[in-house]
Amino acid sequence: MLKKYLGNKNFVIGASLVMFLLLLLIYSFINLPYDPNKMDTSNTFLRPSPSHIMGTDNFGRDIFSRILKGSQSAFLVGIAAVGISMIIGVFLGAVSGYFQGWLDKIISVIMDAEMAFPGVILALIFITVFKNGIFNIAMALAIMTIPRFFRITRSGFMQIKEMDYIAAAKARGASDFRLMFLHILPNITSSLIVTASLGFSTAVLSEAGLSYLGLGIQPPDASWGKMLFEAQSYLLIQPWYAVIPGTMITLMVLGFNLLGDGIRDVTNH
Amino acid sequence: MKYALKKIVTIASTLLVISLLTFGVFQILPGNPVDIILGVDADPLQVKALTQQLGLDLPLGQRYISWITGILKGDMGNSIRYQVPVEQLLKQSLPVTISLTLMSMLITLIVVVPVSIFLAKHNNKKVGVLISFIMQIGIAIPSFWVGILLVMFFSVTLHWLPSGDYSPLSQGFLNYIRSLLLPSLSIAIGSSAVVIRYLKTTILDNMNMDYVRTARSKGVARNKVLYKHVLRNALLPTITILGMLIVNALGGSIIVENVFNLPGTGHLVITGVANRDFPLVQSVVFYLAATVVFINLITDLLYAIIDPRIRLT
Repeated sequence: MLKKYLGNKNFVIGASLVMFLLLLLIYSFINLPYDPNKMDTSNTFLRPSPSHIMGTDNFGRDIFSRILKGSQSAFLVGIAAVGISMIIGVFLGAVSGYFQGWLDKIISVIMDAEMAFPGVILALIFITVFKNGIFNIAMALAIMTIPRFFRITRSGFMQIKEMDYIAAAKARGASDFRLMFLHILPNITSSLIVTASLGFSTAVLSEAGLSYLGLGIQPPDASWGKMLFEAQSYLLIQPWYAVIPGTMITLMVLGFNLLGDGIRDVTNH
Repeated sequence: MKYALKKIVTIASTLLVISLLTFGVFQILPGNPVDIILGVDADPLQVKALTQQLGLDLPLGQRYISWITGILKGDMGNSIRYQVPVEQLLKQSLPVTISLTLMSMLITLIVVVPVSIFLAKHNNKKVGVLISFIMQIGIAIPSFWVGILLVMFFSVTLHWLPSGDYSPLSQGFLNYIRSLLLPSLSIAIGSSAVVIRYLKTTILDNMNMDYVRTARSKGVARNKVLYKHVLRNALLPTITILGMLIVNALGGSIIVENVFNLPGTGHLVITGVANRDFPLVQSVVFYLAATVVFINLITDLLYAIIDPRIRLT
């Protein structure tokens, strides 16, 4: 099994990128070179140098420390968003696919309607209603990905429900709850992992977008999207500042996309 | 016919749910538009008068019904912030967003077909693998960062194109295209990557089919099979992706319009949210969602017309 994974290019590149970002995250908890929010007006727009390896921004804050701190926000939002949407989506999908009937119809219509909203708008409305804050952003992004978990769980449940071993377990007197979560759910784990990995990158991308618009992580807290927004005003003086956070976002999204694709390739064959 | 009817019933129920969701969500918004217009420490009498004027004192059901009948008649009420009818604001902003969406679609279409064919031909060679990897990056890269990089390169360094602001068609075709080129390019890069990946796989799937082997053994040249037979079959399912692309472009335009300071619908929604302009955001969001639903309906129907096999399932 491990050999299969190591033979898959998508998986290897994706997993290495994710590992690299995880190491950065761990490093950010152990050793931040500077206080990421500390302004130093005598040292603004410094070029990269041994003391500030990525230079400083318009407030004289150390860009490398802010990038590290930003990785914490990205991971936190991503994990929370995927966790919430997985719990809700899997539960709704399980109920829909297992019981079907009118309940399934109602939930499916709501999910279809939700899919029709452009994701950013949905998140935007949610944030307006419940104000910013990491948990609310995660919640808003979670809502965007619920239909994906819902669909994959529902179709999996509908398929597996008809299998003989389920009928056997039922004949033995297993309860619906036991059938759903002990007998059927484990069979769709790999597709859930794939959806989670792809959902994680969607969440990271959308968080960056919202923060760029000023609706995500609030200043002075560091977020890669917000840093891009700040960098945009200083393209003339400090072009590299806009390159760094964008690269980080791309690497993270790329890593989780490739990881998800890789796992899908391996488990499908 | 039965298929179309079934689709239309689904669409109607989806629209109903969307309207209920959009309306419902704005009822729990914490900020009251009256407070926003008059300030927090306004005269209570004034507050009462304005609440009545805006119809905010009516029961919920009545407000929903008057809102939805208004929407259906094309009357969306007045924007609280700008004090003008919402239709007027939409009329100003829609051309921008539509131009942006169409132009990014156009760029996508020009790029997609040749690149996917090239990739399918060179699937296992080094160039193919390299381009596939570049496509993965294209999918991962945030559109607004692409926008910023394009500005950095084409506006700040080379001074070729403007870094923002919209120039309407009435002020000359060339300026219009120039003002939209970078924003549409930033949306198109991501969407091209998605379509190319999809089209490449369908081309490859089709190349393994029996009809290709038959044509080849009859002596038809490889390229002729590819262009005349495979491409036709591979483009069919791509139509469904086109619907998704328009939706993506609409969503992407919300952020990209803000990068390039274009006065489009996305810009309108974001300022509306910031000002708690209920009638404005409610109506625009409903229309955007309805547009998405209709685009999906049209692509489904088109697909069924072009490929009658679909209607059976």
